[in-house]
Amino acid sequence: MSKWLKRFYLFVIMVFLYAPIVTLMILSFNESRTSVKWGGFSLKWYQQLFESRTILAALGNTLLIALLSAVLATLLGTSAAIAISHMKKRKQSFCMSIVNIPMLNAEIVTGIAFMLLFITLGDLLAFFGIHFEMGFGTVLIGHITFNLPYVVLSVMPKLKQFNLSMYEAALDLGAGEGQAFFRIVLPDIMPGVLSGFLLSFTMSLDDFVITHFVKGLGADTLSTLIYSELRKGIKPEMYALSTIMFLAVFLVLLAVNLKPQGGVKNTN
Amino acid sequence: MYKRSVSYPCILWSAAFIIIPLLFIFYYGLTDRTGAFTLSNLAAIATAENSKALILSLGLSLLSTAICLLLAYPLALILSGSKIGRSGFIIFLFVLPMWMNFLLRTLAWVVLLDTNGVLDTLCKLSGLPRFKIINTPAAIVFGMVYDFLPFMILPIYNVISKIDINVVNAARDLGANSFQTLYKVIFPLSLPGVISGITMVFVPSLTTFVISTLLGGGKILLIGNVIEQEFMKGTSWHVGSGLSLVLMLFIIVSMALSTKYDNGEGNVL
Amino acid sequence: MGNRLIDLQHITKIYDGHPVLDDLNLYFNENEFLTLLGPSGCGKTTTLRILGGFETPDQGRVIFNGQDITHLPPNKRQLNTVFQKYALFTHMNIAENIAFGLKISGKSKAYIDDKIKYALKLVNLDGYEKRMPDSLSGGQQQRIAIARAIVNEPKILLLDEPLGALDLKLRQEMQYELIRMKNELGITFIYVTHDQEEALTMSDTIVVMNQGYIQQIGTPEDIYNEPTNAFVADFIGDSNIFPGTMVEDKVVRIFDRIFPCVDVGFGCNTPVDVVIRPEDVELGAPGQGTVDGVVSHLIFKGVHYEMEVTACGREWLVQSTKMYPVGEQVSIHVDPFNIQIMNKPESEDEEAVVLDV
Repeated sequence: MSKWLKRFYLFVIMVFLYAPIVTLMILSFNESRTSVKWGGFSLKWYQQLFESRTILAALGNTLLIALLSAVLATLLGTSAAIAISHMKKRKQSFCMSIVNIPMLNAEIVTGIAFMLLFITLGDLLAFFGIHFEMGFGTVLIGHITFNLPYVVLSVMPKLKQFNLSMYEAALDLGAGEGQAFFRIVLPDIMPGVLSGFLLSFTMSLDDFVITHFVKGLGADTLSTLIYSELRKGIKPEMYALSTIMFLAVFLVLLAVNLKPQGGVKNTN
Repeated sequence: MYKRSVSYPCILWSAAFIIIPLLFIFYYGLTDRTGAFTLSNLAAIATAENSKALILSLGLSLLSTAICLLLAYPLALILSGSKIGRSGFIIFLFVLPMWMNFLLRTLAWVVLLDTNGVLDTLCKLSGLPRFKIINTPAAIVFGMVYDFLPFMILPIYNVISKIDINVVNAARDLGANSFQTLYKVIFPLSLPGVISGITMVFVPSLTTFVISTLLGGGKILLIGNVIEQEFMKGTSWHVGSGLSLVLMLFIIVSMALSTKYDNGEGNVL
Repeated sequence: MGNRLIDLQHITKIYDGHPVLDDLNLYFNENEFLTLLGPSGCGKTTTLRILGGFETPDQGRVIFNGQDITHLPPNKRQLNTVFQKYALFTHMNIAENIAFGLKISGKSKAYIDDKIKYALKLVNLDGYEKRMPDSLSGGQQQRIAIARAIVNEPKILLLDEPLGALDLKLRQEMQYELIRMKNELGITFIYVTHDQEEALTMSDTIVVMNQGYIQQIGTPEDIYNEPTNAFVADFIGDSNIFPGTMVEDKVVRIFDRIFPCVDVGFGCNTPVDVVIRPEDVELGAPGQGTVDGVVSHLIFKGVHYEMEVTACGREWLVQSTKMYPVGEQVSIHVDPFNIQIMNKPESEDEEAVVLDV
C-alpha cells in the first residue's frame, strides 16, 4: 500500500468514528428543535441545559455512580489482582475466568441476572419487613461488578512485571509488610491501577444496558434518561451537555497525552 | 506481600454478584411459574417469532463481525507501522468516542442516514442513487460496525505491534514477498488478537437490543429485543431467562474459542 | 576473623517433597568473607534466604549472637541483602533508595544525608544522589544496591550472585572492590555464587555445596589443592579424575601403572579416586615418563596450551606453556606431590551426587 492510500484509509475510518460526534456537536448549536432542519446558530440549548432539573439530576447520578463505582472497583480489583497473582496456575486461570464473566458475557444477560437477583432479594427482605428496591445502590453494585474485570486486567500485567525482590529488599531494609506494600509495590503498579480506574470510569459513564435493568424506578442516569426520551424525541439540551462533556474530556486527555513522558520524579 | 485475607472481599463480591445472579437465570430459565422443572422456556426459541429473531441476530452479528474484521485488520497493520501507533495516542483516539454517550452516538446516525438526512442529501445533490437504509437491517449492521469497531481494532493492533520486526525481516530474507509475509507470518502470529476481536464484536452484536431499537425503527426484532421485552414489558421472566440461556450457549462457544486461542495477549481493554 | 556470629543448626528445607537442604550445619565468624559455592539447585540460595529471613526452615534453628532468630521476619534482622538483580526501587532516585532503610528506622535527616554521602563515596559514586536507577549501568546499580544495604550498618551482608549480570571485565573489577569494601567495613560478607573463580579470588572461606549437602569447607587453597571428593575436584577448576587403587601408603595404581604419591592412611588395595590438575601433568619425550600417549587435541588458550593426550585408553587433560602438535608421541609424568587421592563415595546418595555432574 502506498503511503497516500494508507493515510486516506486512516482518514476514512476516523471520519466514520467521529462523524456522529461532530453531528451531535452541530445539533447542539441548532436553533431549531428538530434534528432534521438547521434553524440557525444558537446557544439557547446550553442556556436551557442549566435550567433542566431532570438532566442535571441525571448528570449528577451518572458522575457520582461513575466515580464511586470506579473507586470501589479499583480497590476491589487491585486486591483481587494481588490475590490472583499469588495463586497457582490452575486456580489462577479459574479465578480469572470468573472475574472476566461480566466483561465477556452479554450485557443484557448480566443485566437481567442482576434484576432477578435484586427483585428476589427485595421479596426476601420484604418478608422480614425490610424495604429494599432497585435504585442508586443497585446501579452502583452493577457498575462495580462490570468494572471489576477491567481493573484486574489493567493491574495484572503490572504485578507480573513487578520484581518480587524489590519487595523483599524493602523488608530486608526494615520495612514492615504494610510499609513495603504502600511504599514499594503500590507506586510500582500505579500506572496499571490508574488506567484501571480511568477505564472503569469511562465504562460506567457510557453504560446503558445494565443500568436499564437495575435502576428500578428512580436513579436515572444520562443514558436511561435519553432512552426514555426516545419516543418524544431527544431534548437538544442533551446534545449540549454531551458536547460539553466530550470537549472537557478531550482537553484533559489531550493534556495528559501531550505531557512529556518519563522523567517522573518524586522528591520528598 | 500477600495475606490470604486480601482475597476475601473479591471472592465474596464475585460469589454474590457474578455467580449467584447467573444461577438465578438458570433457575428461572429451567422452571415454570409454579417452580416446577421444565424445558419449555428453552423450547420457546423454536416459535416462529423467536427463531426468526435469533436467526436474524446471528446473521447480522456475523456480518458485522466480518465487516469489522475486514475494516480493522488493514487499519491495525497501518497503525502498527506508523509513528502515531507507537504512542498511547492511538488508544486515545479509539477510546475517546466512548465519552460521547453511546445512545446519542448511535442516534446521530439516524440524522446521517435518514431519508433527507445528511448522506441522502449528499447523494441527491451529487446525483448518486438515493441513500435510504434507516430502519432496515442494513442500518443495524451499520450501527453494530460503528459501535464495536474499536473492539476489533485494539486487540489486533496490540498483537501486531508486538510482533518482533526481525521475524518479518527473516521472512523477507528467506525470500517471501510482502503478500506471503503477511499471509504466512504476520497473520498467523496475529491470530490471538483476531480471535479476541471477533468475540469482542460478535457477542455484543448478537445480544444487542439498543442498536436495533435506535436504528431499526422499532420494527425489526433481534433476539435481544425479544428478551428485553419479556423482562421490561413483564411478559414472562421464565421465558426470558430460558431464551437468555439459549443465547448464552452461543456466547460460551465463542468464549471457549477465544480462551483456546488467546493467551491473554489479545486483551486490551 | 573473630567470634562466631551466626549458627545454622540442623537446617532442613523441603520444597514439593524434595529436600533442598538436608540437616545443614554451618557457622559464620565475625569479619569473614565466606562464599557458598555450588551449581544451581545446590541449596546455596535457599541457605542465604533462610539467613535473610525470606524462608523459614522446616527443621533446625538459626542462632544469631546467641539468640534464636529462626522465625524473626526479615525487617527485624540485623543483616542486609544485596539481591541478584539489584532490586533497586525504580520509582525512587539514588539518594531515596539509599535512605529507605534509614527513614524506616526513623533516623534524622542530617544523619541520613551524612550516610548517603559516606555510602556513595565508599562505592565510588559520589554525586549520583539525584539520578534514577534505570539511568545507571549494571555495575553502578550493583554498587548502589550495596550502598543501600550497608548504610544500615548490618553485622552481616548477604550477597546473592551479585555479579552474575555483569560482563567479565566489570566482574573482575567488582571482585577487588568487594574485597576492599569488606576490609573497610569490617563486617561479615556471605556471598553466594556458582562461579568458582569468583569464590577463589575473594573468599576467606569457601563452602562447596551440592544437592543440599555441604561437600567441603575450607580456604580457597585447601579447596583447590585438596578437594575431598570428585565433585569438589570437578567443580573447582579443571581436573582429571581417574579411578585408581591405593596399593599401599604413598603408592597408587592408575590404569595398571604405578604412580608414587604422598598420601597415606588409605589402607592396602583400596579403590580410590585420583585427582590430577591439568597444569600438573608434565609432558616429555616418549619413554621418559610413567605412561606414553598421543596428543589428540590442541587448543591455544592465551596463557597456555590446552591438550588432550590419549594414554591407557583415557583422555588426559593437560595444560602447558609448551606446545605438542596433534599426533605427537609424548610421555606423561606427574610429581607425587601433585597427585590427590580421594575416598570413593560410600553412600548411594553421594554416588548420585557425583554421577549427576
